[in-house]
Amino acid sequence: MRFRLTRDQEALREGMRELLGRRFDGAALRAAAGAPARLDRRLWRELGAAGFFALRLPEADGGVGLGLPEAVLVFEEAGRALLPGPLLATHLAAAEVPGAAMGETVVARVDGGLAEWLAEADAVTGDASGALPVRSVDPLTPLHRVPGPAAGPADPVAVLLTAAEQLGTATRACELAVQHARTRVQFGQPIGAFQAVKHLCAELLVRAETARAAVYAAAVTAAPVDIAAARLLADEAAVRGARDCLQVHGGMGFTWESEVHLHLKRAWVRAQRGGGNTESEEMLAVELLG
Amino acid sequence: MDLSYTPEEEDFRARLREWLAKVLPGLPPKPRPEDWPGRRAYDLGWQRTLYDAGYADVHWDASPTTRLIFLEETERAGAPYVGANFVGLLHAGPTIAAEGTEAQRARWLAPILRGDEVWCQGFSEPDAGSDLAALRTRAWRDGDDYVVSGSKIWTSHAEVADWCELLVRTDAQAPRHRGITWLAMPMDAPGITVRPLRTLAGSAEFAEVFLDEVRVPVANRVGAENDGWRVTMVTLSFERGTAFVGEVVACRRVLGELARVARENGTWDDPERRRRLGRLNAEFRALWRLTQWNVSEAEGGRVPGVGGSVFKLRYSHARQELYDVAAAVLGPDALDLDRPWVLDRLSSLSYTIAAGTSQIQRNIVAERILGLPKGR
Repeated sequence: MRFRLTRDQEALREGMRELLGRRFDGAALRAAAGAPARLDRRLWRELGAAGFFALRLPEADGGVGLGLPEAVLVFEEAGRALLPGPLLATHLAAAEVPGAAMGETVVARVDGGLAEWLAEADAVTGDASGALPVRSVDPLTPLHRVPGPAAGPADPVAVLLTAAEQLGTATRACELAVQHARTRVQFGQPIGAFQAVKHLCAELLVRAETARAAVYAAAVTAAPVDIAAARLLADEAAVRGARDCLQVHGGMGFTWESEVHLHLKRAWVRAQRGGGNTESEEMLAVELLG
Repeated sequence: MDLSYTPEEEDFRARLREWLAKVLPGLPPKPRPEDWPGRRAYDLGWQRTLYDAGYADVHWDASPTTRLIFLEETERAGAPYVGANFVGLLHAGPTIAAEGTEAQRARWLAPILRGDEVWCQGFSEPDAGSDLAALRTRAWRDGDDYVVSGSKIWTSHAEVADWCELLVRTDAQAPRHRGITWLAMPMDAPGITVRPLRTLAGSAEFAEVFLDEVRVPVANRVGAENDGWRVTMVTLSFERGTAFVGEVVACRRVLGELARVARENGTWDDPERRRRLGRLNAEFRALWRLTQWNVSEAEGGRVPGVGGSVFKLRYSHARQELYDVAAAVLGPDALDLDRPWVLDRLSSLSYTIAAGTSQIQRNIVAERILGLPKGR
C-alpha cells in the first residue's frame, strides 16, 4: 500500500498550481469579482492546451490518458485558485462535445435544478429549456434556475470532482486564515498567538486533511459510497473552513475587497450541485445495513 | 496513490487470518473487568500465544503496513486487546530498545515479548497532566540507589504490574525539561501504595500510585541522569500512525450494528437520525483512509508525529459522536447501564482528554504544523 502522491502526480499538481498562479492570481481574482462575470476565453484555451479538459480521455483520442486521481488533483488546484467557469461541465463533456477537450468550446451543464455559466456557454448538456437567470450569490458563478423534474441520481464522477474543488477551497481557507493570523497584530501580538484563534486554524487543517484522505481514496477506488463520503467531508471542510477563515479575518473578512467571501460563496454553490448532500447521506446510511 | 497491498502483505494477512481462526476458539473465557489477576493472566497468555506463533514483535520490527494489517485483522477476528501488555509493548519496551544498554535490553525486552512481565506507566501526576514537564516526584541518590518520593496518577494495571516506567525529577534547579530522569521501578519495592481510581464509568481502570522513599537501583536508569525527557520523547511517535487502527475497525462494526438496531426499533424511519448515521459512516470511512495515509507516510520514512494530532483530534470527537448517536437510537434504553453501548458512551468521554486534551492537541497542530506563534 502506497497511499501517497507519486512523483508524476506531484509534478502534475505543481504544474497546474504554477499555471494558475501565473494566469489567475489574487489580483486577477479580485478584478474578476468586481466586473460582470465574463469568461476569459484565452485562459480557457490555455487550460485546454494544458490538458485540463482532456485529462481522462485516452491518448488515442487525443487525450492525456490519465485517471480520476489526476483529475482530482487538477480540480483541487482549480478550487484552490477559485478559478471561474464551467470547469466540471466542460471536463465531463470532453468526449462528446466537439472542441470541449481543447477548450475551444465552453460547455454548461444542468445539475440539480441549476445551470452554471449558461449564457456564456457554447453548448449545454441536459435540458435547459425554460431556464431563468438568477441573481447569483456568487459573483463569479452566473446561475440559471432550470424548471422540471430533478434528474436521476447524481453522476459519481461529477460529485467527486466537485469534492476535489471543495478540498481546494478548504486548503486555501486554511492558508489564508493562517497567513492573516500570523501577520495581523492586536493587543501587541499576532492574533495567531491567541489560543481562540489558534484553535480555529487547527480545526481548519483537521477538516481539510480528513477530507483530503477521503477524496483521494475515493479517486483511487471510484466506488460510489467512497465518493459519497468524500463529498460530505469535503463540503463540510470547504463551507465551515471558509466561514472560520472569514471569522479569523475579523472586520476585513466582511469586506468585498477581501477574497474570503468569494471562497465561501463558491463553496455554497458547489454544495448545491447534485441537489445537495441528502442523496450521499442516504446512500451511506443504507450501506451500513450491508 | 495506491490502496492495494503487495503480494507479501496479502500473504501475511491470509496466514494471520487462518491462524486466528484456528487459535481464537481455544482461548479461555474473558475475565471480569474487576478481576485484575485474571486479566493479567489472560493478557499475558495471549501475548505468549502470539510469541509462540511468531507474531510477538509485530509492533517492533514489522513495517507500518504489516502492523496495520495485524491490528486490522486481530480486531476483525475479535482477538484479545493488547491490554496489560500495552505499556511494555508500545512504550517502555521501545524506549529501552532505543535508549537502554545491552544489559538492560537483555533483562527487560524478552520478558515483554514472551508475555512474562507487565509494565505500567508513571508519568502523569495530580499537578502535571497536560503540562507533564511540571512533574514533581523527586528522586535523590543514596549509594547505588535512587530514593523516590511523590505520587503518580492515571496508571493502568498498577495493581498487577511488575515494572513501572517512571519519570522523576532529579534536578530541581535545572530548567524543567532538563531535570527529569527515566527509571524502571520494580512494583514490589517497599514504599509503593496503589490506590484504585474510580472513573465516571464506575470502574477502576486506573490507579493512583504513592511513592514513599522507594529505592530504585541506579542500574535501572535508562539514558543519562536528567535526560529523561528526551528519552521519553524518542518513542512518542513510535506507533507511526497505527495507534487507533483497531479502534477505527471496531467503531465501524459498532456503527453497522447500530444501523440494524435503528432499523428494528423504528428510529431508522426518522430521516434526520438516519442521515446522521450516514454522516458517521462517512466520518469513519475518512478516518480509515487517514490512517492508511499516515501509515503510507511512515512507510516512506516520514514520522507522522504531529500528523497523529490531526488524527486524534478528529477521531476522539467522532467516537463521542458515535455513542451520542447510539443514545439517540436507544432512546430511554440509553439510561440503562446493562444495555450495550451505554458504558462505551461513558468511556468515550475520556477520548478528548487522555493522551493530550483536544485543546492541547489544537495548540500542537497550530504551532508545529501551521507555524503560529506561541502565546505569551
